[in-house]
Amino acid sequence: MAINWFKYSSPSTFYGVAGKMVPWFAWSATILFVAGLYISFFVAPTDVQQSEAYRIMFIHVPASILSMFIYLVMAGYAALGLIFNTRLSSMMASALAPTGALLAFLSLWTGALWGKPMWGAWWVWDARLTSELILLFLYLGFIALHASIDDPRRADRASALLAIIGSVNVPIIYFSVQWWNTLHQGASVKFTGTSMHVAMQQGMYTMMLAVWSYAIAVSLLRVRCIILERECKAQWVSELAEVRQ
Amino acid sequence: MNKLSLLGLLSLVIRRDLVLAMRRRADVLTTLIFFVIVVSLFPLGVGPEMDMLRKMAPGVVWVAALLASMLSLGRMFSADYLDGTLEQMMLVPQSLSALVLAKILAHWMVSGLPLVIMAPVLGLQFDMPAQALWVLIAALLLGTPILSMIGAVGAALTLGLRGGGALVSLLVLPLCIPVLVFGAGAVEAIVSGTSVGSHLSLLGALLVMALVFTPWVTALALRISME
Repeated sequence: MAINWFKYSSPSTFYGVAGKMVPWFAWSATILFVAGLYISFFVAPTDVQQSEAYRIMFIHVPASILSMFIYLVMAGYAALGLIFNTRLSSMMASALAPTGALLAFLSLWTGALWGKPMWGAWWVWDARLTSELILLFLYLGFIALHASIDDPRRADRASALLAIIGSVNVPIIYFSVQWWNTLHQGASVKFTGTSMHVAMQQGMYTMMLAVWSYAIAVSLLRVRCIILERECKAQWVSELAEVRQ
Repeated sequence: MNKLSLLGLLSLVIRRDLVLAMRRRADVLTTLIFFVIVVSLFPLGVGPEMDMLRKMAPGVVWVAALLASMLSLGRMFSADYLDGTLEQMMLVPQSLSALVLAKILAHWMVSGLPLVIMAPVLGLQFDMPAQALWVLIAALLLGTPILSMIGAVGAALTLGLRGGGALVSLLVLPLCIPVLVFGAGAVEAIVSGTSVGSHLSLLGALLVMALVFTPWVTALALRISME
């Protein structure tokens, strides 16, 4: 069966679809968070080398991975909006940015909390930490540029261009930082090839799925708000049940 | 009137921008003085121990150059935008990218080149050896045009916005990190006795890549900002 994808690129259709999807993702996020936290705190055994502090990784790893992935998704939506001039793609890009920035910040914060007992320092100028920090700056730049342009159309297109430049630049920045770091000193701690305990893996994957669901639910909720804001003059908005109340 | 060739357009725009800059010499000098002041503040902030200053010198000079180049970005398009010249420029039959490239080159001659010439003098204040000074000049010669080019994209994106100056730094500075890393790395490499070739080659590669892409992206950004 062929699905007409363009049907969902209209804000009025997508508003309803997103509204139906939000509860599903929100509930699965809640359930997965509860399950994931239970596994990570009570089922997963204590690590031999890192004792209890390693449990931070259950939130740290999903947040880091998603913060990077969301940037790519955001740049992808922004590019779609720029190329095909679809309003909804640009709205999705600006809805994803705050979630991505939040996860990048969380990843840095939990990393610092983990680094203090493990490395003895809140912050180490390690290649991965530095590039995550730069990623946060890129998110903030995107949000700031979007916020400072009043005309939404121009804001979408300008920040889309910025997101695309950023995603081209991310690998260059990553390798330059990595090289800069190895010139100064080796990374203090590396992930060794030791296999993780099964319960740790389960906890990690559950938390990963939970963060995924959370990110999707929150972005969809935010894109609904953006749609309402931008389309407030459209007739279909004034006919909505929640608006008429 | 017959159509200008591409090179004719390039030289015309560069000459025009240089003449305009020469009429407002204070603007050019302000950037340069800012650069000198920032570099001179560091010894006051961290203390006059020569060993430490010698170690810090490449990084300090590069960070100051980065900040100074941010300072002059606002002028790249804003005057032309305000008096309507930019709108006329976009109607020119030649490619807008070529015109933008000319503007970037002129901007670099006015704000980048003076930094390159001034840097060795500041390096002497930090007691850098002669060899390192030459590498510093080479790295700045390769690196400052990249700063102008990446900066042009930011300047075009933030054209006519309130608070453009701080915003453009927020957008452009993270993208300039590779230039800073390799530029300061080259000088550090010569001081510590390793090869500088790799750093300078990478800077050269970045320069070539920026030369290809940024005029085009800047032209796109200008179109977005002007419509």
